[in-house]
Amino acid sequence: MSPLIRTLLIAALLTFAGAASAYTLEEFRFDSPAQEAQFRDLISKLRCLVCQNESLAGSQAELAQDLRNEVYRMLRAGQSEDEILDFLVARYGDFVLYDPPLKPSTYVLWFGPFVIIGIAAFFMLRAVLRRKPSTEADISDAERERLRALLDSDSSPDGNGPSSATSQATTQATTKQST
Amino acid sequence: MAMSKSVRYLTPLIVFGALVALLVWGLGQDPREVPSPLIGKPVPEFSLPALEDPNRTVTEADLKGKISLVNVWASWCNSCRAEHQALMSLSEVPDFQIVGLNWKDEAADAMRVLRLTGNPYDLNGYDPDNTVGIHWGVYGAPETFVVDQDGIIRYKHIGPIDREVWEKKLQPLVAELRARG
Repeated sequence: MSPLIRTLLIAALLTFAGAASAYTLEEFRFDSPAQEAQFRDLISKLRCLVCQNESLAGSQAELAQDLRNEVYRMLRAGQSEDEILDFLVARYGDFVLYDPPLKPSTYVLWFGPFVIIGIAAFFMLRAVLRRKPSTEADISDAERERLRALLDSDSSPDGNGPSSATSQATTQATTKQST
Repeated sequence: MAMSKSVRYLTPLIVFGALVALLVWGLGQDPREVPSPLIGKPVPEFSLPALEDPNRTVTEADLKGKISLVNVWASWCNSCRAEHQALMSLSEVPDFQIVGLNWKDEAADAMRVLRLTGNPYDLNGYDPDNTVGIHWGVYGAPETFVVDQDGIIRYKHIGPIDREVWEKKLQPLVAELRARG
């Protein structure tokens, strides 16, 4: 066998192996494509309780097979999607549904994130709005007094006169006072 | 001013501490313990052949009149073997009956286990195809339901029963149900 053919053959085998392991369902026969679509839709909405991060559609657990069979049986018996979901919820609880239903016990789950975002937004807005006024008066009367004393001692006869830095401080201090 | 400042600096720490506490609590929770919606409801109607005697049927009527521990088990289930000894000692307590739900098992294998290690069950329903298990919301073995005298499911324990589970959860409940009469 030439290397090329061998490679192609392996590639082909791997392709089919992947497809097979992704969907090894029991042999289900349906009355119509619509019913099959409904079945696939249903089992993808339901959680396998053994491997909790998998839906009934994806799970290889034995319990998932049992539940798929049950869903199939009920569907063939003409029961509606809601009837099947209610049947399973009544026995396994809301947890069997991938999307938790909206009801008082799940309000925290559904609205919690928005409440937390709201609280965070409130505090952030408040912090941003408060920042402005705080820049205006940041030296106290005592500090201002001390600054004046420093400036006075700087302009005493044995000093070299006000440096550029201190003259800046003076102007700043006066602006502060005027506001 | 100093007060509000220290509060402001401590707040993130407090929030962080609360978050850590929440996550630590979450780690202690077992995600496999899914609460059963059947608590407080009558046991689902069922009819199964008895494991020990296929001519006898076990139905919900067998769960009325006395307190029952309904134990879901199978010969292939390791945790069931682990709790078997606990069930054996519980079978000596006269306050309740132990009813097995032999689940997704082979009768011959199940009988061999009972013959070799002892039979703690007063009665066993044989459910190889999970026809009754689904109605009880069973999703693994072992699981144990506490059923009161009126046939109402009062509690579901997921996983093996050991001394701690018995003393902390099951025994107080059984005592309460007995006191109620």
